[in-house]
Amino acid sequence: MNSTNLNEKKVMIVDDEPNIIIALEFLLQRAGFVVTKADSGIKALELLETEHPDLLILDVMMPGLTGFEVAARLRNQSRFEHLHIVFLTAKGTERDKAAGYATGADYYIVKPFDNDLLVSTVKEILTYG
Amino acid sequence: MEISTVVFWAILYIAILFFTAWWIERRSGRQQKNLVNNPYIYSLSLAVYCTAWTYFGSVGRASNTGMSFLAVYLGPTLMAPLWFFILRKMVLISKHQRITSIADFISSRFGKSTSLAAIVTLMCVAGIVPYISIQLKAIAFGVDILTDKKYPYFKSNAYFVWDATFWITAAMILFTVLFGTRKIDPNEKHNGLVAAVAFESLVKLVAFWGIGVFVVYGMFDGPGDLFERAAQQNDILQLFTQSVVKNTSVMSWNMLLLLSAFAFLLLPRQFYISVVENNDVQHVNTAMWLLPLYLLLINIFVFPIAIAGKMHFGADIASDSYVLSLPMAGQSHVISLVAFIGGFAAASGMIIVSSIALSIMISNHLIVPLMIQAKWLGMKPDRLGLLLNIRRWSIVSVMLMAYLYLKGVGSSYDLVSVGLISFTAAAQFAPATFIGMYWKGATKSGAIAGLLAGALIWAYCLPLTSMAEAGLFDASFIEHGAFGVHWLKPRALFGLEGMDPVSHAAWWSLLFNFSLFGAVSAFSQPSALTLMQADLFVNIHKYTSGADFDPVKRTARIDDLLHMVRRFLGEKRLLEVLNLYEAQNNKTLKDLKIAEADLINYLETHLAGAIGAASARLMTDSISKEETLTFEEVMLVMEQTQEALRYSRELELKSVALEQVSRSLQDANDQLKALDRLKANFIANVTHELRTPVTSIKSLSKIMLDYRDELSEEKMASYLAILVSESDRIGRLINQVLDIEKLNAEDNQPLSTEPVAIHELIEQLVLGMEPIFKEKNIQCSYQNDAISAQILGHRDRIMQVLVNLVSNATKFCNPEKGTIHIGVFQRDTQLNIQVVDNGRGIPDNAKDMIFGQFAQLNHPKLGKPDGTGLGLYITKQIIQQHNGKITVQDAKGGGAVFTVELPINI
Repeated sequence: MNSTNLNEKKVMIVDDEPNIIIALEFLLQRAGFVVTKADSGIKALELLETEHPDLLILDVMMPGLTGFEVAARLRNQSRFEHLHIVFLTAKGTERDKAAGYATGADYYIVKPFDNDLLVSTVKEILTYG
Repeated sequence: MEISTVVFWAILYIAILFFTAWWIERRSGRQQKNLVNNPYIYSLSLAVYCTAWTYFGSVGRASNTGMSFLAVYLGPTLMAPLWFFILRKMVLISKHQRITSIADFISSRFGKSTSLAAIVTLMCVAGIVPYISIQLKAIAFGVDILTDKKYPYFKSNAYFVWDATFWITAAMILFTVLFGTRKIDPNEKHNGLVAAVAFESLVKLVAFWGIGVFVVYGMFDGPGDLFERAAQQNDILQLFTQSVVKNTSVMSWNMLLLLSAFAFLLLPRQFYISVVENNDVQHVNTAMWLLPLYLLLINIFVFPIAIAGKMHFGADIASDSYVLSLPMAGQSHVISLVAFIGGFAAASGMIIVSSIALSIMISNHLIVPLMIQAKWLGMKPDRLGLLLNIRRWSIVSVMLMAYLYLKGVGSSYDLVSVGLISFTAAAQFAPATFIGMYWKGATKSGAIAGLLAGALIWAYCLPLTSMAEAGLFDASFIEHGAFGVHWLKPRALFGLEGMDPVSHAAWWSLLFNFSLFGAVSAFSQPSALTLMQADLFVNIHKYTSGADFDPVKRTARIDDLLHMVRRFLGEKRLLEVLNLYEAQNNKTLKDLKIAEADLINYLETHLAGAIGAASARLMTDSISKEETLTFEEVMLVMEQTQEALRYSRELELKSVALEQVSRSLQDANDQLKALDRLKANFIANVTHELRTPVTSIKSLSKIMLDYRDELSEEKMASYLAILVSESDRIGRLINQVLDIEKLNAEDNQPLSTEPVAIHELIEQLVLGMEPIFKEKNIQCSYQNDAISAQILGHRDRIMQVLVNLVSNATKFCNPEKGTIHIGVFQRDTQLNIQVVDNGRGIPDNAKDMIFGQFAQLNHPKLGKPDGTGLGLYITKQIIQQHNGKITVQDAKGGGAVFTVELPINI
């Protein structure tokens, strides 16, 4: 694993639960990623105009736009072609997972998550694409 | 001439006849070319029309009344062009329906009526037995003349074994039984018989020409000599100079043409040969010209022989006997024998075919239906043999009846008269047969009415009268009319006088027959089966070109069906028939349990070939279930329906009640389904709401566990605070879920209530929330216009409602300078409680939604409120339990107004 490369990688966390953002921010910053945060789908889309994260950790059940809708909009635009998307959601049924992957996500993690697994997953995706 | 010579030649002739039949049938048995399948044989066999009456009688009639004998030959000749339409259609229908006789044909047309078939059969027996008797008489007469009256054919005191005629009858019975009932299978065509009949036609023509040539050229010097000498005798000259009309009235002449035209197709033997035994419908085309030619040829020498006889014998002997007496007088044994054999051929042909046709009718339409009705047929295992025996005994009966008629009545009549009585009987079938083939409206009732009327008049005017004249019973009714009623005189019915008896009877019987047939048909309703058969008869081309069409849907157990058909057709024939069916319909019958209508109909038509359409129908009906109702059955059902109408109002009310019940059941079902969906949604939402705080707790506590050395005291403390608040959140959620469960469980039980003073509750609440108001810098005001008002309710629940509303207000009011107003007032019997905040208010599209489960509105700046999304849902449930309602409006100057209305308990 090439850690020098990873240090420059940016991760954006999108979740309407502030406490979850706190936990994720700590974990990802500690792993060496640059972290930006958004508490709704709309805010995430706004931020993406200026920020250029390599990976999106996306909650699904959010007021306004759902995570699926956000992912669908991003996948419609070629400039986000290389943006990795990881869903992090309480919706845990197989059908939900299938719907998530159908929107073009790289990975789908069900809440509550395992800290180490989440971090290693993000690292893996950013290393191997 | 010795009797032995006569008998020898007669037996030799019969042997030749047998050999012909046997040879033809052996050929067809060996699948060789069927010689009978030939238009010339068919046309010749039709000449069975020319009987001993033609052979002997025409000469007799010509010598008495001149050319009038020609009428009965002109009738069919004039009719022949119409055969193209009528006879061909009859053949097509009969092939399609496996018709076995004229009675079968008429019965088939009118719904396969058993009664109609029986009526026609009885008429045929009554009409034809005398006709057969005169054929017997002709043979006996021939023997008598050839043997110089050593064996007189007519001895009124001698019967049976002492009577030569009886032996002739017995011999004819034997021939007929051998010819007609040798075949095991009654369905097959009797090709041998047809060949024999055609052969006989040839024999009688050749014989008659032999006599003619002998008389004209042997006894006279050619026709010139004959007519020259005849012209010298005044009485003979009159015969051919006087017009036909002088000797017979115009009416009689026309009536004879009509009768013979009808009889040619309708006499049982004619129908049998021309329709039932027809091998190919195209043969009719040849017969249309060949038969008239035959009739012309056989009549050419009638007149010369008649005048020769008259010149030779004067008034000494009966003119019927000229054909035999002239060769005898000419001293030619050979020609005399030829003349006898010719007459024998003419008579035997008629006897054999007629009695076979009659025996088929008697067996199929009288005896078999009776046996079916008496359930007698079911017990006999060998029905095929039984059928043949019935036919044999029918032949014996018919012949014996003919013999007895001859002995009792027939001797007093000349050949022509008895023949015409039969013609008149056969003509009675004309309306039902011919009109039935072209008019669908003809009904069974019409056919029965017409036939019975015609038969009655015919029987009264002709056979009964002639029997009375023969002295069998009191003849006074002939002179004075039956019961002394003047206009019932059988020779002058309804006052019509001046006609010969046959024309007179034919006129009235046919008039009534046709009129009643038409009138009754017009005023009666056909049964479903009659309609179906009518369509088949009238539109036969439609049916012969395509698949069978049968609106009557019958079904039967295939075992029953095959078992029944097997007994009549035999195993071998049944297999052939079934194979044919499978091949034609591309079906396999192997695993079939229930036979559909088409198979039943198919087998029924084959069965009809054995026992007639009506009997076949009875048999198949006895084992099948039929769905089509007859008109009478429909009427019966209608009557019952009318009776049932008086119950209908009651039924109507019941059905309305039932509809309501079913609607409410439907509603209940819908509600249950909706509840089920809600429950599933609820669980999904609850688990989601639980996962969220659990996620934070798990992740943060793990962080604290893993990286406690790296974390500052402050961070540690803030993380711990989050753990506490998220744990609270879980606790709240669990409580509220339990609340909802409790509410749902109580839904079906009456709420335990007490009088609740709202004012007290609100004061308690405001007091309790004071610290929160202070902390959030919220101004709370409270005004109560109905301090003493009480409601009947559950104190804790009402408190829960108030807590929910006020704590929601603290969450959503203006975060900088929040105000909350609580107002209580009375309106009519309602107590209104309002909670007003100064927040952003609720968007219109969310005003209903917020009372649902897990519905939360995010604050645009503060984000997600700390709640479970179940508060307002529970609030609404509690208020509904108290028969109240909760609404939300916009407050003046922004914010939301929640209004609770509860009924006041006074």
